[in-house]
Amino acid sequence: MAATDAPRVPDQPRRVDWQSRAMLSRRRRRYAAEWRLKTYGLCAIVLAIGLLAVLVGSLMATGYKAFTQSMVTVEISLDPARIDRNDVFNANWRAMVREGLAAAMPGLAKSEERDYFAMFTASAHFLVRDRVVARPDLIGQTAEYTLPLSDPLDQFNKGEIRRDTPPEQRRVNDRQIAWFDALVEKGLITRPFNTGLFVNADSRFPELAGLAGAISGSFWTLLVCFLISFPTGIAAAIYLEEFAPRGKATDFIEVNINNLAAVPSVVFGLLALAVFLGVFGLPRSAPLVGGMTLALMTLPTIIIVTRNALKSVPASIREAALGIGASKHEAILHHILPLAMPTILTGTIIGLAQALGEAAPLLLIGMNAFITSPPAGIMDPATALPTQIFIWADSPERGFMARTSAAILVLLGFLIVMNAIAIFLRQRFERRW
Amino acid sequence: MAGSAFLVIAVLTFAGYLLGRIRAAAVRSRDQAAMHSLPSYHAKNVAIWTAVPSFLLVIVWLLLQNTVIDRLLLSSFDPQAVAAMSGAEKNLLVSEIRQVAEGRIFQEPSLAVRAAAEALRGWRATAAWALFSSALGVTLAGFAFSYSRIATRFRARQSVERSMNIFMIVCSLVAILTTLGIVSSLLYEAGQFFARVPVHEFLFGLRWEPQIALRADQVAGLGAFGAVPVFLGTLVIAAIAMGFAVPVGLMSAIYLTEFADARVRSLVKPLLEILAGIPTVVYGFFAVIIVAPSMRTAGDLLDLVVSPNSALAAGIVMGIMLIPFVSSLTDDALTAVPRSMRDGSLAVGATQGETIRKVLLPAALPGIMGGILLALSRAVGETMIVVMAAGLIASLNVNPLASVTTVTVQIVTLLIGDSEFDNPKTLAAFALGLMLFVITLMLNIAALTIVRRYREKY
Repeated sequence: MAATDAPRVPDQPRRVDWQSRAMLSRRRRRYAAEWRLKTYGLCAIVLAIGLLAVLVGSLMATGYKAFTQSMVTVEISLDPARIDRNDVFNANWRAMVREGLAAAMPGLAKSEERDYFAMFTASAHFLVRDRVVARPDLIGQTAEYTLPLSDPLDQFNKGEIRRDTPPEQRRVNDRQIAWFDALVEKGLITRPFNTGLFVNADSRFPELAGLAGAISGSFWTLLVCFLISFPTGIAAAIYLEEFAPRGKATDFIEVNINNLAAVPSVVFGLLALAVFLGVFGLPRSAPLVGGMTLALMTLPTIIIVTRNALKSVPASIREAALGIGASKHEAILHHILPLAMPTILTGTIIGLAQALGEAAPLLLIGMNAFITSPPAGIMDPATALPTQIFIWADSPERGFMARTSAAILVLLGFLIVMNAIAIFLRQRFERRW
Repeated sequence: MAGSAFLVIAVLTFAGYLLGRIRAAAVRSRDQAAMHSLPSYHAKNVAIWTAVPSFLLVIVWLLLQNTVIDRLLLSSFDPQAVAAMSGAEKNLLVSEIRQVAEGRIFQEPSLAVRAAAEALRGWRATAAWALFSSALGVTLAGFAFSYSRIATRFRARQSVERSMNIFMIVCSLVAILTTLGIVSSLLYEAGQFFARVPVHEFLFGLRWEPQIALRADQVAGLGAFGAVPVFLGTLVIAAIAMGFAVPVGLMSAIYLTEFADARVRSLVKPLLEILAGIPTVVYGFFAVIIVAPSMRTAGDLLDLVVSPNSALAAGIVMGIMLIPFVSSLTDDALTAVPRSMRDGSLAVGATQGETIRKVLLPAALPGIMGGILLALSRAVGETMIVVMAAGLIASLNVNPLASVTTVTVQIVTLLIGDSEFDNPKTLAAFALGLMLFVITLMLNIAALTIVRRYREKY
């Protein structure tokens, strides 16, 4: 490293004066370089973790308010004369609900009604109707009904729309604010936990939109994915690890599996679109197709994990089983596979967690449709959590932005639970040999 | 009907297992001879023969039933009229018939449609019964065959193990079938596309405007399918992502493997892995609501025009996603360098930093390069971030502040809500998909080759 080009005299080595100025500054330079490298590394880590914090923090900041919902509680009297008990659905629910809402605000002029009723969800009469259909004894009674406020008022109540914004820039006008304050004064406005987020399916109105459809869609999709990829993956891994003759064919299969693991997910969507929908004519938007597509994507993960798990079981166990007369199949199925199972399950859960977050292939097979009822099975049209997030992220209403963040938090919650189960399995059951 | 067919198969299989077991035990006590296989193997053999053939029959039947019935429906119409229809019209007709057959009538259907709906209902009923009875027949036949084979000398264990082998081989072939399915479907649809748009126009054309005429007489709607702007946009965004992810990932890996103590390492590594576990749709949303607006604000301060869906925002967010990928692969490559090289360098007086730069990095370079290529392949194939945060309009532009589009964005936008394979617009998505598949495959192969060829064996 030093300038050693000068001819050396062998019996009289050139002495280096370590305390000389040149050496001091050289050493200082080297240490500075060292310090710089260390600082770069530290900066990189701080940056990466800082970005993670910003990501999670901003999602929480925008999303936590969607876990509550502003509601108004009004008394509505259901006159039995206006409801035909044999045809409950066709009664004039809108009028009855409006009368109840108007009763909470006496002295409302006719011209103000439009603005006033816009403060409450446009589907209020459906909510009341559904409750009455479930409990017919409410007919003829005056009962309290708790109904969601419409999205602008909900945002106003949560402080997202500020009072001091100029009126023409906010979606809540001054009259509505005055009415809202009056309702608050009467104690009619509450902000309970937003159960609708988990019980309702998708809706055009942010205050009514929920994740029930997406969660059950994701559940069916993952179920199909698991039922296909788990047995297939384990069987393929056992064959490749234990039975397959070493040779070109086996190598080819292995190269294939490794390549599949690196194929972009959207290409799997194209495959599903062309083959599952095009050739087989399976229904669009169905969790069955989504699950089959995700299973093909998860398969390489499960095969690779299973092979490593099988490899890690010590040979002595196999030899003991074979030694007392078990066939090769028996040795594997009765002894090796059970011992490898915790590791396989851990890997499978992690693979399924990846599949749960996957959106691109589901977009191509139409699992991003607008569907207002949860699917009842694997053939019904459905959305999944990531595609629901995609749909809501595209919606212009402000309320959907908060709901998107909330949906992301729910999705991340599921992922954390799945990973926690995987870690628990690993620590509780995995054996180190 | 399919559900009840599966139920019947399951019940009969269970019954077959029990009957087989009883019979095998009876044979054993009657013949007073040592049987070749345990009774449970005889029972399993009966169960396999009862379940598998009929199960396969039902699956294949269900996969093909809709396609066959659709063909039959169309063939009941005037063949000349059908031949004149486009694929979309055919599908529309078939779905109208289905709606009518299920009793959901929106507008008064034509007589032919009504007749077809009647026929459809008939065929469906026939098909359901035919499926059920043939499944039942196959189940019983399989049971009878295997049940009759129970005997002292029958090698039931071998038979069961042979079935298991076949099952395992079929499962291993699924990977090959998937690859085959991807390649053939992409090639087929892309071939259809190239029959309409010449290959050289697609590969070298400079205009990408995949609009198509809604009516045959429209003039403006010819569309242009030159993919160069799309590839360029992909390249710009991937380059930004790599420009962000590689330094950050590399540096953090160096710090974690070489400088950090075990406690920091065990804390920071899982945190970085969380970044890898976050779904990409979440990154996309993050890009849209946080990164892109703050870039616009920054641009306003600096007097720069930043597009609301700039390549920079999408690229940087994609870079964040790739940090853990680069960092963990670099980490692996660095830890694979043997201890002795590190110690040797330190022993001759090099500082830790000099050891890293002059010994460890050169030794780990093939592994790191391989990791970077894999990350690049991920960046090219990444979909959700760019679908949400990048633009839709293709332009020949390398300005990171402008809006560009990518291959994956075009695939998704061309195919969302549209599944007719008869116009260049949807077929173009498959051509783009083919290019994407080929590019990522080549990147992966290159990565593996570099790692294999240039890795020094220590």
